Amino acid sequence: MAYSAGFTPHPKISYVGAAPTGVASEAEYLEIGVAERVEPDRLRDALDAALPAGLDIVECVEAGPGGLAERIDASRWQVELPGVTPEAVRAALTRFLAEDRIEVERLTKDGRRSLDARGAVVSAQLSADVPGAGRVPSPSLSDPCAILDVVVRQATPAVRPDDVLAALRAVADLVPPSPPRATRLAQGLLDGTGRLADPLGPDRRAALAARESAPGPLGALA
Amino acid sequence: MSAESLFPRLEPLLPLVSKPIQYVGGELNSTLKEWDAAAVRWALMYPDAYEVGLPNQGLQILYEVINERPDALAERTYSVWPDLESLMREHGVGQFTVDGHRPVAAFDLFGVSFATELGYTNLLTALDLAGIPLDAIDRNDHPIVVAGGHAAFNPEPIADFIDVAVLGDGEQVVGEITDVVRDHKAAGSPGGRRGLLLRLAGVPGVYVPRFYDVDYLPDGRIRRVTPNTAGVPFRVTKRTVSDLDEWPYPKQPLVPLAETVHERMSVEIFRGCTRGCRFCQAGMITRPVRERSITAIGAMVDAGLRRTGFEEVGLLSLSSADHSEIGAIAHGLADRYEGTHIGLSLPSTRVDAFNVELAGELSRNGRRSGLTFAPEGGSERLRKVINKMVSKEDLIRTVCTAYEHGWRQVKLYFMCGLPTETDEDVLEIAQLAHEVIAAGRAATGHKDVRCTVSIGAFVPKPHTPFQWAGQCDWRTVDARLRLLRDAVNADRRLGRSVGVRYHDGRPAIIEGLLSRGDRRVGAVIRAVWSAGGRFDGWSEHFSYARWEAACVAVLPEHGVSLDWYTTRERDEHEVLPWDHLDSGLDREWLWADWRDALTGVEVEDCRWTPCFDCGVCPGLGSEIQIGPTGRTLLPLIPLPAAGSARQVPTRSAS
Repeated sequence: MAYSAGFTPHPKISYVGAAPTGVASEAEYLEIGVAERVEPDRLRDALDAALPAGLDIVECVEAGPGGLAERIDASRWQVELPGVTPEAVRAALTRFLAEDRIEVERLTKDGRRSLDARGAVVSAQLSADVPGAGRVPSPSLSDPCAILDVVVRQATPAVRPDDVLAALRAVADLVPPSPPRATRLAQGLLDGTGRLADPLGPDRRAALAARESAPGPLGALA
Repeated sequence: MSAESLFPRLEPLLPLVSKPIQYVGGELNSTLKEWDAAAVRWALMYPDAYEVGLPNQGLQILYEVINERPDALAERTYSVWPDLESLMREHGVGQFTVDGHRPVAAFDLFGVSFATELGYTNLLTALDLAGIPLDAIDRNDHPIVVAGGHAAFNPEPIADFIDVAVLGDGEQVVGEITDVVRDHKAAGSPGGRRGLLLRLAGVPGVYVPRFYDVDYLPDGRIRRVTPNTAGVPFRVTKRTVSDLDEWPYPKQPLVPLAETVHERMSVEIFRGCTRGCRFCQAGMITRPVRERSITAIGAMVDAGLRRTGFEEVGLLSLSSADHSEIGAIAHGLADRYEGTHIGLSLPSTRVDAFNVELAGELSRNGRRSGLTFAPEGGSERLRKVINKMVSKEDLIRTVCTAYEHGWRQVKLYFMCGLPTETDEDVLEIAQLAHEVIAAGRAATGHKDVRCTVSIGAFVPKPHTPFQWAGQCDWRTVDARLRLLRDAVNADRRLGRSVGVRYHDGRPAIIEGLLSRGDRRVGAVIRAVWSAGGRFDGWSEHFSYARWEAACVAVLPEHGVSLDWYTTRERDEHEVLPWDHLDSGLDREWLWADWRDALTGVEVEDCRWTPCFDCGVCPGLGSEIQIGPTGRTLLPLIPLPAAGSARQVPTRSAS
């Protein structure tokens, strides 16, 4: 692993858009600087071996030119709402989407702070209404169970799934009877059609193109 | 009781609590064994939060030693914070292990390690959350509750709540207890729980409180403690591991998932201490000194780093600079890791120039943040009383050497409320700090040298020469600390380079009650816990008023009080609650040393001078084990890049 220079060197790891505590994620990205060239697959296996069960390194690619941070500006979330009917969610979403701003409160280390949970939301609909995005709910969840599909632009402060739920409660009194479960499905750069481009796409293309020429010093990893 | 994982029911609660990662488990180097394949199952607990409990060496050692056995398994559990506790109660989730998230109540043994008595209320929380009756006599097919750690040398205040206490080093006895439980189960549990406890009472070092009766005198003192059951020993003697090189644990230190109090790997370089500091329970109950050899230390450092990726190694012991080959160890390790990101440290330091050289050697890589010395007593007279032989000149010279070698910050540890102490003794600390700064400025030509005085209240501990002492009351301690602070600031020119950090004296009184208490104190602990007492080692949770109220409610019926247990001086012939528990120290020697303390007579360290008959070695058949071995550390092939650490076979040192 590479270290920063200076009086107290730190390992070169940077996380991009890390998921908040208490949600699941299938799409976390980080960059690791390495001191010497390593085979991406070997690095993936070694990291996987050191991580707790349930934290899996899916893929590791060598970083091409440009940083990961410029390739991620939005997330797609899936939020399972056990005990809530799709109709109730649909109605709440209509009200939600009709607003420009919805102020919600969040408890932080420094007390309550208020933020807009609407502006950053690019799209919000029932998964069932998204072509090709339908998912089978976890078998442990009781019926009915509405599943929400939300695309949120990265912003400061970050708007999290629970902020969106707080906003649905604020505009439509939607209060799930049991804890919702949020899963981040993807991250990437938002294109004109509301889809997320694969953040590692450029690296994969660069790696292919550079098979013969000299590679860069950084390894990126998803 | 079903051993099914509680995680599906715990997981929905985790988003609602602070730092949920601490309850998840699955750390690098943690072990999760198949439940049904083990004949004996231990749940091991450190009764404080994960961030304090995880780095604990004792628990990590036992966890590995048990899990290496094919017929046993061990999982870990820590105290849950009150936010999770209330959710667990609401949703009926029991105390769980972080490894398999199995209910603690499903294990055969529940071992709890007490480094401090302030963890007692957390024991009750864990028992209650686990669904284990608080009173040992009410248990039937519940786990055997085992207390260990330094506080187990007087487990009387928790005698009602534990089934067994284990005295001394745990490496070997934990295996013997496991054997007894396995054989008892295999034989169809003859005699039930009592039958098992009787067998356990036959294991050396194992104390089963229910097999002993305590009688009291009309004035509240103890008349005698006697066995009430045939076949149990009159005195229970501590266990001593005799060759540390044979027990190189932890071999695979746990890498915490959440931030912890020690972000480093520790390697114990020796156990025991014979410096003879009279206040120090650890030094008294871990005798004799047993060194780990330089080569074994080198191998543990190397293997541990390869398996963990830690960047700092602490060379742990009660007085690390006293290792007979510390110079060669420091030099060898510094050579080995020069140019890497591995930092080395000595957590405990001695006041002399050699120590500064050592620290310099270990911080060759450049980081020179702060250096800590512990003169403990403010005046030279008081340092004679506590047998910490440091002259004022030595101290100033040592600190100046540190400043000259590039350290800018020196921390000095002291205690307040030591036997025979007066205001003047404490005020000398201010003078000392001023002189240190003045000398440091003169020696370096800089004005930016700093000194932090850290001072806490002294608590008399069992099995020390001060076990008879009256503890200083908290009002006196607090008044002296105020005097000290004012005296430091009285000289603004020097005082602005001196920081004073202190804890108020009231928690120390409660620690004193629990340290030297007897079985009647159990009701106080229970009352405090019932009134909401949790995490008493944390100032934000500790409530003196709650403890005081419980003492007033519970103790008068016995004719005793909080003061009676703490500030009262004991006489030579009073039966102490722990007299039937044998740390190896000769009681007459301890008493003579207590009398010597009062007149300022010092005692040498038996590592370098003839035996002074403390009683441990002949009584226990143990011996001092020290070098030098004359061996050196051979350089190793440098650590590989982080990513490939797992693929590289471990090389051993030398």
